[in-house]
Amino acid sequence: MEVTVATSTSKRRMAKLKRWDAFITGHLFISPWLIGFLLLTLYPMVQSLYYSFTDYSLLEEASWVGMRNYEKIFTIDTRFYQSVKVTFLYVLGSVPLRLIAALFIAMLLAKSIRGMSAYRTAIYFPSLIGGSIAVSLLWKNIFGKEGYINQVLDLFGINGTGWINNPNTALGTLVLLVVWQFGSAMVIFLAGLKQIPQDLYEASNVDGAGKIRQFFNITLPMLSPTIYFNIVMGIIGAFQMFTPAMIITQGGPMNSTYVYALYLYERAFSQLQMGYASSLAWIMLIIIAASTSVIFLTSKYWVFYESEKGEK
Amino acid sequence: MPSTFQRKNIGIHAILIVLSVLMIYPVLWWVGASLKSNQELSLPGLFPVHPMWSNFSKGWNAIPGHTFTDFYINNFELIVGLIFTTVISCSLVAFGFARLQFRLRNFWFSILMLTLMLPGQVTIIPQYSLFHHLGWVNTYLPFIVPHSLAGGAGGSFFVFLLVQFIRGIPRELDESAKMDGCSWFGIYWRIIMPLTKPALLTVIIYCFLWNWDDFFGHLLYINSVDKYTVGLALRMLNDSQSAQQWGQLLAMGLVSVVPSVIIFTLAQKYFVEGIATTGIKG
Repeated sequence: MEVTVATSTSKRRMAKLKRWDAFITGHLFISPWLIGFLLLTLYPMVQSLYYSFTDYSLLEEASWVGMRNYEKIFTIDTRFYQSVKVTFLYVLGSVPLRLIAALFIAMLLAKSIRGMSAYRTAIYFPSLIGGSIAVSLLWKNIFGKEGYINQVLDLFGINGTGWINNPNTALGTLVLLVVWQFGSAMVIFLAGLKQIPQDLYEASNVDGAGKIRQFFNITLPMLSPTIYFNIVMGIIGAFQMFTPAMIITQGGPMNSTYVYALYLYERAFSQLQMGYASSLAWIMLIIIAASTSVIFLTSKYWVFYESEKGEK
Repeated sequence: MPSTFQRKNIGIHAILIVLSVLMIYPVLWWVGASLKSNQELSLPGLFPVHPMWSNFSKGWNAIPGHTFTDFYINNFELIVGLIFTTVISCSLVAFGFARLQFRLRNFWFSILMLTLMLPGQVTIIPQYSLFHHLGWVNTYLPFIVPHSLAGGAGGSFFVFLLVQFIRGIPRELDESAKMDGCSWFGIYWRIIMPLTKPALLTVIIYCFLWNWDDFFGHLLYINSVDKYTVGLALRMLNDSQSAQQWGQLLAMGLVSVVPSVIIFTLAQKYFVEGIATTGIKG
């Protein structure tokens, strides 16, 4: 419905005005997020980068110390190396186990058989309550020296160790806790599985491919974008694990569960060394960014997108 | 081949039953343990011979000067505020990203996606310092304010989820409303919001679950007992008892997950399906 009386210049001016109008309206709508991003994310990021080169205790002004925090961290801070080691062990242990559990159980749950929603509920349930402090307390009891696991082992005449008091097994119990909560990854796998066209399986049935070949040649490649997403989110989450280590083991025994987020928390909020803790935070960001970049760089070899048209 | 088909299903049922029991078993034990005395806790039975209902009543009053009623009221007050602010702010922002054409839109949206992956540790110290200097520590403002700015626990994720959903609503609806002289805000409020209800429900559920037990946040910002949330009260109960009353502790822990379980039961469909409709993919 164009009214073509306007000259070309005023038309251009109108268009410019309209674009300006849209610019303002658009920014008004996204302004809550935009303000939040600028004030509560971007500005704090810049500030924490600055703090990482200072001595800062919240109560006094920050004083510039240059690279000293970083030098200390990399040269004499044994707790830093311990927490990095523990965190990597935790990430390497929990992320693959959790994903494998999530994938296989999602494949079982994707079938349409009677009573499936009851199974789904039961299996999802631990993930619902999983991250809570209450569950950490439960775990602390179950895996204690006198806990349920050892009572059961006792019935078989096995004298179990104090799982959370033994430096060799403590981290394992925390890994087990997060593997038990594979539900959110599983739900995403379920959604991904639903999007695989059934005719691919039917066609390969005709060609006589077995279940295992179908899994490796159809399911895995078709699901690879979902796997990729879950790996990245899993890694980012695992690097930040905090509550279980704080509640169940307090980082012990012998610092065997002293994860990075716990170390950072203690430096920042127990010892009020916020400059030093900011350096730790930036090192953490770089470690996470590097790890996810590695996944990203390898992704072109193993993530398959069926076509670009499906992309939003 | 109906018979082999049937047999195959029996196998799957068997696997699924074993799995379900395995997954739920710790929770069953938990229910039993919450009724046990300390002596019975060291015996391997699932349920106690003499259930100690007093674990619940004593645990409820175990923190001197307060009862868990106070902590639940605190938690619910906080969470209602967070859900309300989250729904309003995230839906406004999502509408802007999904429906309006304007310069820098794609730029801001990719920034939003990046913040999804940003570990909170990088911003937490300056944020704490900011809230400290504003005098907001030991109030609920460090939670309410970020949530009203489409941030806080889950904020960017909720915006993303709503954008995906709104993009699926046919544009013809807004076009015709616009013809009738409806403003953008009118379109948002009268057309898009009602149609976005299922996605908003998903947002409400996740907002509840993640903030009910945002332990790290509560630990940082809330430090007087009269403002404690349930999670903090549990931690206090855990730390304060020298001779641990495990039964009481487990009983109170069990009660603390009940709200999440109720929400889950009421809205189950949205849980497992909810994420699927938002089309998270790679």
